[in-house]
Amino acid sequence: MTPQTDALPTSFPDAERTTTAVAHISEARRLFWSIRRELWENRAIYLAPLAVAAFIILGFFYSVARMPADIMITSSVNGVEQVHHGLDPILPYTIAAGLLMGTTFLVAIFYSLDALYGERRDRSILFWKSLPVSDLTTVLSKAAIPLVLLPLLTWAVTVVTQAIMLLINLSVFHLRGLDTTALRTGLPLTQNAMLLLYHLVAIHALWYAPIWCWFLLVSAWARRTPLLWATLPPIVLGVLEMITLHSGHVFEFLKYRIHGPEGSDVFSANMSMSSHMPLAPTQFLSTPGLWTGLALAAVFLAAAIQLRRYRNPL
Amino acid sequence: MITIQATGLHKSYGSAVALNSIDLNVAEGRILGLIGPNGAGKTTLLNAILGLTAYQGELSVLGRNPWTQRDQLMADVAFVADVAVLPRWMRVSDAIDFVAGIHPRFDRAKAEAFLARTTIKRTSKVRELSKGMVAQLHLALVMSIDARLLVLDEPTLGLDILFRKQFYDSLLNDYFDHHRTIVITTHQIDEIQYILTDLLFIDRGNLVFGCSMDDFDTRYLELITNPAQLPAARALKPIQERQTFGRSILLYDRVPREQLAPLGDVRTPSIADVFVAFIGNPNQPAPYSPPPVPNPPSSYTGAAQ
Repeated sequence: MTPQTDALPTSFPDAERTTTAVAHISEARRLFWSIRRELWENRAIYLAPLAVAAFIILGFFYSVARMPADIMITSSVNGVEQVHHGLDPILPYTIAAGLLMGTTFLVAIFYSLDALYGERRDRSILFWKSLPVSDLTTVLSKAAIPLVLLPLLTWAVTVVTQAIMLLINLSVFHLRGLDTTALRTGLPLTQNAMLLLYHLVAIHALWYAPIWCWFLLVSAWARRTPLLWATLPPIVLGVLEMITLHSGHVFEFLKYRIHGPEGSDVFSANMSMSSHMPLAPTQFLSTPGLWTGLALAAVFLAAAIQLRRYRNPL
Repeated sequence: MITIQATGLHKSYGSAVALNSIDLNVAEGRILGLIGPNGAGKTTLLNAILGLTAYQGELSVLGRNPWTQRDQLMADVAFVADVAVLPRWMRVSDAIDFVAGIHPRFDRAKAEAFLARTTIKRTSKVRELSKGMVAQLHLALVMSIDARLLVLDEPTLGLDILFRKQFYDSLLNDYFDHHRTIVITTHQIDEIQYILTDLLFIDRGNLVFGCSMDDFDTRYLELITNPAQLPAARALKPIQERQTFGRSILLYDRVPREQLAPLGDVRTPSIADVFVAFIGNPNQPAPYSPPPVPNPPSSYTGAAQ
């Protein structure tokens, strides 16, 4: 039985209808608001690195203020002595950068795994999907957090933190009547800042892009425990390969992806951002792994968009 | 102008049929009540209209295919899927800012005016609001969108009678302007009776009944009669019969009032009465078999009395 409710409306004066001027809203504006929305929801994105930065600055202040003068003197003169004492003056700055990078790395992992899962878990996806923001824009805004925003934020917070540390260092030395020449000229902070930016863009954004997009895809797909779905299948696959084929290609592949391309060792880049460039940009850009990774990232992202668009939201 | 046009709209989940090839036309300026028991296919139908679920058959909403042209469609459609879907972490002011930021048809001043009538604070987070306040906020947002189609799926579920009354009044007085189309599903049928222009019953994936409220008011009559007059009353072919306190209540379709009046008290039935007649009795229409009404219809009418 298919009755129809097609009773025509009794005549209402159509002429009265004032067509409201509909403001045009560009996709860029929608993307901007969507990213803002992500920051409202996930305040850890900026609070976590800021909290760690505050902790680092306090700790640094405490240690510099309490440090015995003779150690500081030896630490402030350049040359062989530093290495003997193990007190390279750049060391606290490098540790600060590493801590901040580690923090935002963790934030990125948890953010990406929850980005498209949380909205389904709390059903708010039905609210978001009632608004004229396309799934493309929404997923891109979420991908922009680990791919663009967090690397840049990490860099900015690190640079500011290191500047404050240097200020503390200089003031304390000055107050205690110590020579600050080595601090003012000897620390390669500007160079390190550039290297850090390069490292964050090259490794954390571009090299890790397939990881972030894989996490986003799993968060769009998993009905529960996206963390397990994101991590267990590759591990199980690797173990299966070892048992059946007695080879370790899957683990090699995973290790290569996490470790980074040859010469850009994540940890060496983190901890000793001193003199040498970890990997020349031309060399990095000509690494095939970068491009296959980016292609993979694009596939994962496209799949995540399709899932959000075409799958039943709940 | 037809707002929603469906031809052979079909949807099944495996072997379970959620929508059984239904045809539907909803014209502009109508307020359609979509009524049906749980699991009847209401939400599936709404999801198809909103481009949230795939379907077979033809479906056009405001001239667009909701599945393939969803992004464009959502600029003209507003919906409240469930009162509980506002994100709990969101601040009231953020919610307004966000919708104002992305929606070309959102009127911020209107939303502020709606909220000014409530006790909702701009700085509160959704999780700090009561259930009624969350619904008020959501409806304030939705009613400030100059949409051509508004879909409300159980908008007042779990809210108290005062709020529900206020909501439907506001919907009719502040929002509806005869150029919008509204589709509502609810279990509190009788509360929306006075605002609807059209009525549609859905049961097990089929549209089992549909008419305009003007028709409804003229077609259906209920007769309350004594056992003595029951045979005469049954001869007029009621579409449903039930017993209350020793008296029989019979529901008629297109039987003139004058014919019924001598047999007892005649009154206009509520939507719920007709709903129960169509859906509460699996054997309908079976005029002469005294229906074995297993559950008293009061479960549907209770809210309205």
